[in-house]
Amino acid sequence: MGDFLMPTLGADMTEGKIVTWLVGPGDEVHHGDIVATVDTSKAEIDVEIFEDGVVEELLVGVGEKVPVGTPLARIAAVGAGPKAVTEAAPPSPPPPAPKIPVPASAPSPAPAPPVSTDGHRTRISPLARRVAADLGVDPQTVTGTGPHGSVVRADVERAAGTTAQAPAPPPPSEAPDRSTAMRQAIGALMSRSKREIPHYHLALDIDLHRTEQWLTRHNEDLPLAQRLTAAGVLLAATARAAARHTDMNGHYVDGAFAPADGVHLGVAISLRAGGLLTPAIKHADTLALEDLMARLRDVVQRARTGGLRASELAAPTLTVTDLGDRGVDLVHGVIYPPQVALVGFGAVRPRPWADGDALAVRPVVTATLAADHRVSDGHRGALFLRDIDRLVQAPEEL
Amino acid sequence: MSTTEPTARTMSYREALREAIRDAMQADERVFLMGEDVGAYGGSFGVSRGLLDEFGPERIRDTPLSEAAFVGAGIGAAMGGMRPIVEVMTVNFSLLALDQIVNNAATIPHMSGGQVQVPLVVRMTTGAGRQLAAQHSHSLEGWYAHVPGLKVLAPATVADARWMLGPALADPNPVIVFEHGSLYNREDEIGVEDAAADITRAAIRRPGRDLTLVAYGQSVWTALEAAEALVTEGVEAEVLDLRVLRPLDTHAIVSSVTRTHRAVVVDEMWRTGSLAAEVSAVLTEQAFYELDAPVGRVCTEELPIPYAGHLEQAALPNTARVLAAAREAVGGDG
Repeated sequence: MGDFLMPTLGADMTEGKIVTWLVGPGDEVHHGDIVATVDTSKAEIDVEIFEDGVVEELLVGVGEKVPVGTPLARIAAVGAGPKAVTEAAPPSPPPPAPKIPVPASAPSPAPAPPVSTDGHRTRISPLARRVAADLGVDPQTVTGTGPHGSVVRADVERAAGTTAQAPAPPPPSEAPDRSTAMRQAIGALMSRSKREIPHYHLALDIDLHRTEQWLTRHNEDLPLAQRLTAAGVLLAATARAAARHTDMNGHYVDGAFAPADGVHLGVAISLRAGGLLTPAIKHADTLALEDLMARLRDVVQRARTGGLRASELAAPTLTVTDLGDRGVDLVHGVIYPPQVALVGFGAVRPRPWADGDALAVRPVVTATLAADHRVSDGHRGALFLRDIDRLVQAPEEL
Repeated sequence: MSTTEPTARTMSYREALREAIRDAMQADERVFLMGEDVGAYGGSFGVSRGLLDEFGPERIRDTPLSEAAFVGAGIGAAMGGMRPIVEVMTVNFSLLALDQIVNNAATIPHMSGGQVQVPLVVRMTTGAGRQLAAQHSHSLEGWYAHVPGLKVLAPATVADARWMLGPALADPNPVIVFEHGSLYNREDEIGVEDAAADITRAAIRRPGRDLTLVAYGQSVWTALEAAEALVTEGVEAEVLDLRVLRPLDTHAIVSSVTRTHRAVVVDEMWRTGSLAAEVSAVLTEQAFYELDAPVGRVCTEELPIPYAGHLEQAALPNTARVLAAAREAVGGDG
């Protein structure tokens, strides 16, 4: 059938390193299976395969760093494959059983389960947690060998591939470089943006009192985990508006703008160890508000603990950055190439608001747009922002 | 006249205490010793044997069986300018003098705005292990370590028995000295002086990198034994002797655990409200992000100390229990 290639997991990615193979020769794979973990220097990403077949041969070993587009594995069609199948099975039953069963969704044993969902909390010593943050390791994915199976410092260091013993200066290892590498990657991408994209910036104050009243009523009897937030409403409204304003949603590639056929909303998520990731919520414009909120929580958590999928990083067609909970009022955004717009939200604050000829105090947020002048003009951008405002005023319809 | 010789000597903990008292009495006329049977009988644990002959009944004073009375007299003498050493037979009996110690000795310097000082030293025996039953065997030093205005010492070594009394007498505050009953016969070689003879710092009795065993008094020796045994398991335990129970040398505790990242506290008090609890809390407050395992505690079982030998031993911290706690902390199953 063909080769499985090193995917591009973000516009700034030029090469990637195989951290784990979750399949081996002879394993059957299906569309959507996670087959490997790749270190992009920004994060470790679970990589999916988008065809059905049987792994014939792994071409790149664990630890090898190869450029984007390099063949990583050779995939043969099921039942028709050359070696693997011919050798193992004459005419009769199905192809050889996979050595590692790879369920369609759950990643298999190697990188250990993510935040467990069975109610059992992974035990991590305070020191291990601190060292993990320093080394850029997600302690939730580390197998613990300490008291009661807790994750202790030695486990984290083993996982980081370091052999640091004493509190001495850490020996040369790649892990501590992670934040430096991420900073360089962000730097390269943002430099490219500022160099290539003629930005224009617009701002609009949006009155949220109607939204907040609706949220209060809506959330009244809901458990904390299911409550909707103003941030979610803003995100949903942006996604809906972007579906109509196609010149805000897409990619500028090779000197031309290609509108996207769906709104895959990138959400800028700052990482605790520094840096940020912008995973995508796919088809955000078609999700009900509740579902969008659930996806948002999920993606934020996985961005911070590891376990994002390749398809979630590559896809954004428009990015939203919400710095409201950082307490700032106004975001002058920088567009993520090759996207053509970025929507920013500041803090929701009570502010004086003229309502007719009266003065009221209203919860107000400043929405900003940074957009690409090669694709649109201020007039178009203004309509887009006004549309977000209009949608926010009717949250019950989102 | 002087009993000190220019070379290192071997002596017992008991002899070290006696020499320290003799030395202090020779050096300062204001120093005197009083307590039950300290004179003709030589003290219940033989510490003051011979001192009556040497210094006479004016300075080696036998007292009636009333802790409140003779500790109170000691406080009065200290306020009046003397430097009394008061011996209370055991900490169990000191409860009769608790009012004098807490409400007067610890409090008067504060309430007088520093005009009145109480340079008093109270020595008392503590601890179990000698089949003296519940009324003579409890470890209550933590109760005194709770009280602002007191300094509380727990010499574990012969050297500390010899050299802590001097600075204790020189201190303007009331100082309580706890001598564990099992230590009196311990012998060791000590020098003619000890430059580190302070009453402020904890001491590392054995350096190690994997685990800190925090202890004081007799428990220091239990911890050292456990540390030796742990070597065969590849674990290098550090043994930190608190020496001073109030004020605690928190810097030493925190910096040791900052190196080893694991701690087990060995304390002959009952676990609830023990000094071990205080040490553990200090580590949680000041070294939380250094901890690679929960802080372990090895304390006495929560019951009055039994008389029967095997039951008494079962109730007390011992090497096996320290080993088990240490293994738990380092994560092995032993």
